[in-house]
Amino acid sequence: MDEDTTFNILDPFSSIDLGIADSAGGIKQWAIANRDLIQPIKAVFNDIVTAIDGALNAVPPLVMLALITLIAWQAAGRRTAILVGLCLFALGLLDPNAWSLAMTTLAIVISAVTACFVIGLPLGILAAKSDGFERLLRPVLDLMQTIPAFVYLVPVVMLVGIGNVSGVIVTIVFALPPLIRLTSLGIRGVNPSVVEAARAFGASPRQILLKVELPLATPTILAGVNQTIMLSLSMVVIASMISVKGLGNEVLRAMGRLDAGKAIVGGLGIVILAVVLDRISQGMGQSGRERGQRHWWQSGPVGLAWRLTRARNETTPPVSAAPRTEVQSN
Amino acid sequence: MIHKSDDPVIRCDGVWKIFGARASEALDAVRSKGLSKEEIRDRYDCVVGVCDASFDVGRGEIFCIMGLSGSGKSTLIRHINRLIEPTAGSIYIEGQDVNALSARELRRTRAEKIGMVFQNMALMPHRTVLENVAFSQEVRGHDVRERTQTALRAIRAVELNGWEDKYPDELSGGMQQRVGLARAIAADPAILLMDEPFSALDPLIRRQLQDKFMSLSAEMKKTTLFITHDLDEAIRIGDRIAIMKDGVLVQIGTPEDIVTNPADDYVADFVAGISKLDLISAGKIMEPIDAYTRRDGPIDFDAWPEAHPNQSLDQLVDLSIATQHPIVVKLDGRPLGVVTKNALLRGIKGDTAPAASAA
Repeated sequence: MDEDTTFNILDPFSSIDLGIADSAGGIKQWAIANRDLIQPIKAVFNDIVTAIDGALNAVPPLVMLALITLIAWQAAGRRTAILVGLCLFALGLLDPNAWSLAMTTLAIVISAVTACFVIGLPLGILAAKSDGFERLLRPVLDLMQTIPAFVYLVPVVMLVGIGNVSGVIVTIVFALPPLIRLTSLGIRGVNPSVVEAARAFGASPRQILLKVELPLATPTILAGVNQTIMLSLSMVVIASMISVKGLGNEVLRAMGRLDAGKAIVGGLGIVILAVVLDRISQGMGQSGRERGQRHWWQSGPVGLAWRLTRARNETTPPVSAAPRTEVQSN
Repeated sequence: MIHKSDDPVIRCDGVWKIFGARASEALDAVRSKGLSKEEIRDRYDCVVGVCDASFDVGRGEIFCIMGLSGSGKSTLIRHINRLIEPTAGSIYIEGQDVNALSARELRRTRAEKIGMVFQNMALMPHRTVLENVAFSQEVRGHDVRERTQTALRAIRAVELNGWEDKYPDELSGGMQQRVGLARAIAADPAILLMDEPFSALDPLIRRQLQDKFMSLSAEMKKTTLFITHDLDEAIRIGDRIAIMKDGVLVQIGTPEDIVTNPADDYVADFVAGISKLDLISAGKIMEPIDAYTRRDGPIDFDAWPEAHPNQSLDQLVDLSIATQHPIVVKLDGRPLGVVTKNALLRGIKGDTAPAASAA
């Protein structure tokens, strides 16, 4: 305490020091002291992220481009597939290294989004089922979304060290909340009379969740996944400060050297990746029935293959179901 | 549990439902001090949903509960399959206390013994007609082939063949409610709970579905609890009717009882607008033959049209139009009573007291 400071009733705050910053610094010490506990766990997750990165980079770019385009076709239709294909092509042309960097970034995003899904879906379900838990969770989610990333960057690095795993953790903190919120919202938004009907016909709570609530909440949950993907991408530059490779690192290094050209390459790469992932995940959120198909396997490349095999089997009468009549899209 | 076949299939015994945090206090107050609904609301901040409801429904009977919105009829029907727990009282299904069932037994009872149809259909929009109808079998863990077969049988019963792969939103309202009906009967339950099933439909479709339901129920002999706010519908469908007002079952009786002997002004008001032509029989409005001959002397009935005591007013009107004479009511060739034109007109108005004709 500073003895010189006289207490002023109109400005009491300047003379009171509770030492919050110092005690919070204790967290840092604690984190450093406990690093050895964390390291083995970290190694496992680091291997996973590195493996995804390696796998994505092992595929020849053109093959990967075709694969992602096919996924986009299946998930979101032909027009989106064309857009995605063109975007990826442009991404490759940005810079000789751009494709490989983009794949590394994609690996981080995939890891972070998968982790978010694994953590966020159960929490979202719990929040939907329990008002108390939702009330408890809400300020935590607010905190996660608004606290500047730099604040938790340091403790995470102290605890886990620099590298991919820290990058993923930092990304999760920022990208998780919308998935939890939208999962809860989606389940709470399910028509209660449908849930009541399921109860009346003898469904158990688990069956109600799996057969009624989750399927009906899927569009909202996938909107949450879409948001999580977008937020993960927006974290790549910050994550690169703790030595995460990829497009973000490119931007960071360009900033350090005031190299506007390099920054633009990295920045555009992130934007293109964002567009691609956004279109694909949005397409998944839209059900096939909204686009006029009855089942997802009747459209896109899978639908094409399905029709081809059916055409080949046309000579032999179909053993299973009679051919379904197509509904006219309205 | 062993039970005789003439035991009631559904039995409600003094069922109370009071909504609110202080429901049990409120219930004690009602029982000991006889507080009114308004007093309960003001003093305990509770809402009385169902007030001491007791009734039996026999095997194969269609029991209608008629009441306006807010009368507690939907709350009451949800006690039967324990979607709502009563504050007091018991509900028995085939002699088994529903509120004593474990969660597992309750789910089994719901899936196998009780089918329910909802006012707003409550079909699952992400499932095809077939998958909706097969739902109760699916949650019981029956295999796909078996449940598809039973579901298809139910779909055929409601004449929706060819629609089983469509989704609910591709069907009209009437067809959706037929899916709801098929879902309820698919597991071949002993009991049907119908919560205003036809209220959301337009009059013509409603009429068709009522006919469909009545022919199905005559065929299947299901014990049915049928909720409606439409007295015409209750009279058309019900073997017995309970009139519900503010959570209280005001009167329980056959349609004819309700129409001819309303228990209070509330029921009388309802009944006033109902056509009695098909409900009241000749036996109810005739003047006994002795009283008639005592007043008007012995008469030669030969020229008079004859009617059976069970013939409806509608048929009496047809008989009466053709002649100036009163109608003689005969059973096995023996004259029982006389229906004069005045008595007939009074009968059409719902006044069945034969003594009035002497005045």
